[in-house]
Amino acid sequence: MSATRRVNLVAIAVLFFSMAGAMAALHAIDYLRRGSVAQDALYLRSSKVLRRLSLGYTGLLADIYWTRAVQYFGEQHHAGSRDFRLLAPLLEVTTELDPRLLPAYQFGANFLAPQPPNGAGLPESALSLTKYGIEHNPEQWRLYYNLGFLHYMEFKDYAGAADAFAQGAKLPVTNALMSILAARMAQHAGEFDTARMLWVTTYQSTKDALIRENAVEHLLALQVDEDVTRLEQVAEKYHEQTGRLPASMGDLERAGFIHGTPADPKGRPYKLMPDGRIEAQDPESLYFITKGLPPGAAPPQPRPVVKPDSK
Amino acid sequence: MNSGGMNSRIGYIAFNTFREAVRDRVLYNLIAFALLLSGAAILVGEISIDIERLVVVNLGLTAVSLFGVVIAIFIGIGLVSKEIDKRTLYTVLSRPVRRWEFVVGKFFGLTGTLVVNTFLMAIGVFLALLYVAHKFEKMDVWVLVALYFIVLQFLIVCALALFFSSFSTPLMSAVFSFALFVIGSLAEDLRGFARITHGVGGWVATAIAYLVPNFSALNVISQVAHGDPVPGRLILYNTVYALLYSAMAISGAVLIFQRRNLK
Repeated sequence: MSATRRVNLVAIAVLFFSMAGAMAALHAIDYLRRGSVAQDALYLRSSKVLRRLSLGYTGLLADIYWTRAVQYFGEQHHAGSRDFRLLAPLLEVTTELDPRLLPAYQFGANFLAPQPPNGAGLPESALSLTKYGIEHNPEQWRLYYNLGFLHYMEFKDYAGAADAFAQGAKLPVTNALMSILAARMAQHAGEFDTARMLWVTTYQSTKDALIRENAVEHLLALQVDEDVTRLEQVAEKYHEQTGRLPASMGDLERAGFIHGTPADPKGRPYKLMPDGRIEAQDPESLYFITKGLPPGAAPPQPRPVVKPDSK
Repeated sequence: MNSGGMNSRIGYIAFNTFREAVRDRVLYNLIAFALLLSGAAILVGEISIDIERLVVVNLGLTAVSLFGVVIAIFIGIGLVSKEIDKRTLYTVLSRPVRRWEFVVGKFFGLTGTLVVNTFLMAIGVFLALLYVAHKFEKMDVWVLVALYFIVLQFLIVCALALFFSSFSTPLMSAVFSFALFVIGSLAEDLRGFARITHGVGGWVATAIAYLVPNFSALNVISQVAHGDPVPGRLILYNTVYALLYSAMAISGAVLIFQRRNLK
């Protein structure tokens, strides 16, 4: 073997060995530093300083910060963590760098408001973020919708929600449901119908698969809550009329209160318990339900799977 | 050729590269400028409130890093082409010096130059620290770790500059090296993007994200400026990574340089 050939072979071997080794080391570094990208990013929290450092490329920097916020949320959520303390500052920096980055308001509020582990449990921060978004994007009806949604879902503030929906309804480009939602909030009408309308609007106003899936799960949960409420009222009425609790759904059917065997949206029949309560057969598969659960059980939450959409 | 002779040949080329670089006027200017910047840090520290140490560490280490990278790129890209232009390469290679020894020697010479530079600049940073804080603190030891990471950064940049200069013009080598430095500084974000991309695009993005040099993890300047410790395992992993990545780039440079027609 010639000396040149030998050198080439050694160089190729070193190249591949070092490439594989470097990638393995990088993997170990990533594992060690998980979550630290967001931490590092927040060593500099002043958006004014960041603006200067970005040399005018604030849009790109905002995109990077938004991606960091999404990754941070995704990683914490995936790890089942209840600590989301960096989320609000990351979103603040993002939106201050680019106040027109609408996804940061829409998704950001969705990350901030829900209680852990589904969110940061910071509805006040979500509200501030959305108001800041409206201040800089007053023509966007979705932001008013988000504001009304937060007022209603997180604070049960009907007046605030009605006002937000009404303002959004007045915009030149808006959603027809906004005025209906405003009216419903003003009347405090039909909790289930109002919540259903909100989730339908959420479903219709986004293309993101994850948000849509979440809206569908909430709509299914609403259906269960509504069914269980109605069936428990029926059981109570049966009790009042006959003086005893119904022993089965058949009793209710024979008494003419229901037709057929009532089932949850996934097709599984509801269970009538001896004390007249109604339970879902597999409550763990019906995320977000608040009724139809065994006594003391917490509402089931979806598995922590996040497929963040950067923009 | 025995290994002792090989080592002495590589050492000789490395020493000559170092000597030539130290003689370079541009190099002196950059060192002077870096020290000047450290001095400016003191001035900023004086007019800021309660962040003197922070400013000195941030500005000082950033200056060390950026000026070192500029030196690494601008000297690294000329290491091969200059020797060809001046025709000194033919004299070197007509002696019992192999091409790969020339490349490796050049790499060691340049990194040696940068280690000396960093050492001098580090003295400036520590003097500035002593000036604003009047004494050294325990957490200042992490500044040394940050400086060590900066040296690791230089190893990679030198290897890349040498790799590009083995087949490209000095101007294009500078552009490629600088572009990789910028991309590598955002490497963790890049891998974050890759993680959230699916399908073929995701595979391509992941491959690119792992192939570009990772300078993000080597930059702990903000961390040490706040006195936060650097985990021992990160020091180990970063060392292994920088050495292997440099070896990879140097192997690439050797392979290309072996095949290059120098006539």
